[in-house]
Amino acid sequence: MSEILVKTRDLSKVFAKGKEKVEVLRGLDLDIEQGDFVALMGPSGSGKTTLLNLIGGLDKPTQGSIDVGGQRIDQLRSSQLSKWRARHVGFVFQFYNLLPVLTAQRNVELPLLLSKMSRSERRRRAATALEIVGLSDRAKHYPRELSGGQEQRVAIARAIVSDPTLLLADEPTGDLDRETADEILDLLQILNTEHGKTILMVTHDPQAASHARHTLHMDKGSLAKAA
Amino acid sequence: MTFLHLVRKNLGRKKVRTLFTALSIVVAFILFGLLGALNQGFSGSVSLAGVDRLVTIHKVSLIQLLPIAYGARISNLEGVEAVSHYTWFGGYFQDPRQQVFSTPTDPDTFREVYAEFEIDPDQFQAWQNNRVGMLAGKSLADTFGWQVGDRIPIGSTIWPTSDGSYGWEFVLEAVYDDGDPANTNEQQFFFHYEYFNETRQFGKDLIGWYTVKISDPENAEAMAAAIDALFANSPTETKTTTEKGFAQGFVDQVGDIGAIVRYILLAVFFTMLLVTANTMAQSVRERTNELAVLKTLGFSDTRILVMVLSESTLLSVVAGVLGLMLAYVAVGGFAASVSQFLPGLALTNATLVLGLVLTVVLGLITGIAPALSAMRLNVVQALARR
Ligand SMILES: Nc1ncnc2c1ncn2[C@@H]1O[C@H](COP(=O)(O)OP(=O)(O)OP(=O)(O)O)[C@@H](O)[C@H]1O
Ligand SMILES: [Mg+2]
Repeated sequence: MSEILVKTRDLSKVFAKGKEKVEVLRGLDLDIEQGDFVALMGPSGSGKTTLLNLIGGLDKPTQGSIDVGGQRIDQLRSSQLSKWRARHVGFVFQFYNLLPVLTAQRNVELPLLLSKMSRSERRRRAATALEIVGLSDRAKHYPRELSGGQEQRVAIARAIVSDPTLLLADEPTGDLDRETADEILDLLQILNTEHGKTILMVTHDPQAASHARHTLHMDKGSLAKAA
Repeated sequence: MTFLHLVRKNLGRKKVRTLFTALSIVVAFILFGLLGALNQGFSGSVSLAGVDRLVTIHKVSLIQLLPIAYGARISNLEGVEAVSHYTWFGGYFQDPRQQVFSTPTDPDTFREVYAEFEIDPDQFQAWQNNRVGMLAGKSLADTFGWQVGDRIPIGSTIWPTSDGSYGWEFVLEAVYDDGDPANTNEQQFFFHYEYFNETRQFGKDLIGWYTVKISDPENAEAMAAAIDALFANSPTETKTTTEKGFAQGFVDQVGDIGAIVRYILLAVFFTMLLVTANTMAQSVRERTNELAVLKTLGFSDTRILVMVLSESTLLSVVAGVLGLMLAYVAVGGFAASVSQFLPGLALTNATLVLGLVLTVVLGLITGIAPALSAMRLNVVQALARR
C-alpha cells in the first residue's frame, strides 16, 4: 500500500446562516493515497465543494484535522495557507476561471509569478504545461478566442504548471459536451498515470467518474462507502 | 510576464472607461500645472524681494503720495543704509494696453538700494549724467527692441507734463541685468526724479513710496516701527513694511490669486478623485471572481492589495505625468506671449515635483478602498457566487 497523501479526521464544517447553523460536513474521515484518482459524487448540497475547499486550504474546518503530505493545513494561518496553496495544490473549476485579459500562455504563467523563477524559466514552464495539455498552438490566444474545452485545458495547464502533487477539480466537465468532456477526462487520466498527479475530482456524471480509479459517494456531509 | 504586465492588463480591461478616467486625470494635472505657473507668475516678485529692504508708503493707501522731504529724515535714522524713492508713473509704450512698470527715482540712492543689479559702470554714469536718461531692464529692452541711445516715447496714464500732454520722452542710456530673465524686476525702467518733478504739471515734491535699505535684517520690525514713529501724528502718516510684504500687498490687491488657485484645484481634484475612485471600485467589483481565482492560486491578501493599489497608482501617475507635460508645453507657449504682463509665469521644478508626488498620492487614495475590499474578499463565497 502506497503512502497516504490526504488524510482528514473527524472533519466538520458548520456554516452560520443568520442564526441558523448548517452542518455541512459531519465528522468526516477520508484517506487519499498518493497517486490516486478519486471521483467524488453525491447529491447537490451534500458538501462536495466544501470538502474540496477544505482540502485545498481555501477554507478552514470548524473541527477536525486535515493532513496533506504531512502538513497539518488546518493549523496554518491564512497567509501561510496562500503560500502552501501556491506550492502544493492545483485547482480546476467548472467555469475555467481564466483571466480574460491575459493570453493562454500568460494565464498558465500566472501562478509562477509567486515563485522566484526567472522570466525565461517561467515562460519555459508555461510553454511545457501548455504542451502537455496539447494547446501549444493556442499560446497567444485570449480566453474569448478559445472553445470551452480549450479553456479548460488552459486551466488544467495553469493547475499543473507549478508542479503540485495534488489536483483538485470541481466538476471540470460540468460545462462541456460529452466528447469534449471525455477529452478532458482523458487528459486528467494521463496526468494521473503518466505524471503521477493525485487527483480529487467532484462530478455528477457517472461516466466521468468511471475515468477515476475510485469513486466516493457523499451524502449529507458524510461519506458512504464506495460502490 | 511580470507583475507589472498583469497590473497593466487589468487596467486595459475596460478600455473606454480607463481612457475617460485617464482623461479626467490628465485634465486635472494640466490645470494643476497651469494654475501653479500662474500662481508663480503672480508671486514671482514676492519671493525675490530682499528682507533687508523696507518699503514706506502712505498710511492710508499706496496710491497717496508722500513728501520728498521724508527721505532725508528717514536716512538720518540709525540703522538705515540708504533711502530711495519711487512714484507710480502709469507708463506705457505706444499703446495704453502695453503697460510698462516705470518710475522716477534718484539714480544715486537707487544704486545704493539695489546694489545687486548688474549695470555697466559706463552706462550707469551716462544715465546719471543725462537728465532725460532711462535705465531699463534687459528683458524689457529686448522685448521692444530698444537700443542704448534710442529716444523712447512713453505715455503716462497719470502724469501730464507742464504743457498738458501725457507724452514723455526718454533716452535709453543703460540696461540692467538681475541675472534672472524670468524675474519681474527686469520688466521695468527707471528715470530721473529731478526731470520728472520739474516737468510734471502737479504734485510737485511728492513721491509714491520710499524703499529703505537697512543694515540689520533681523531688526526689520523695529526699524519699520521707528520709521513710522517719525511721522506719527503728522498730517501724512506712513506705513512701513518689508519689501516682501509690499509686493504681497500688491498681489493681494489683484485678488488673492493663491487662494483662488487653491480652490479651483481643490474642486478639480475632488472631482477627479471621485471619478477615479469610482472606476477602481467598479473594476474591482466586476472581477470578484478573478480576484478569488488569484487567491486560490496562492496570491496572498497583501499581494492582492498591492496589485489593486498598483493599478490605481499606475493610472494616476501615467495620466498625471502626461497632464504635467502638456501643462509644461502650454506654459512655455503662453509665457512668451504674456511676458510683459506676467514675466514670472513658469512651471517651476518645485511645482512639477509637487505634481508628481500628487499623482502618486492620488493613485493611492483612489485605490485604497477597492484594494482593501479586494484583499478582504472571501474566496469560498466569491467562487460559490458563480
Ligand atoms: N459560505 C457558505 N455559507 C453558508 N452555507 C454554505 C456556504 N457554502 C456552502 N454552504 C452550504 O453548504 C451546503 C453544501 O454546499 P456545497 O457547495 O459543498 O455542496 P455541493 O455538494 O458542492 O453541491 P453542488 O453539487 O450543488 O455543487 C449547501 O447546503 C450550501 O448551501
Ligand atoms: Mg459544488
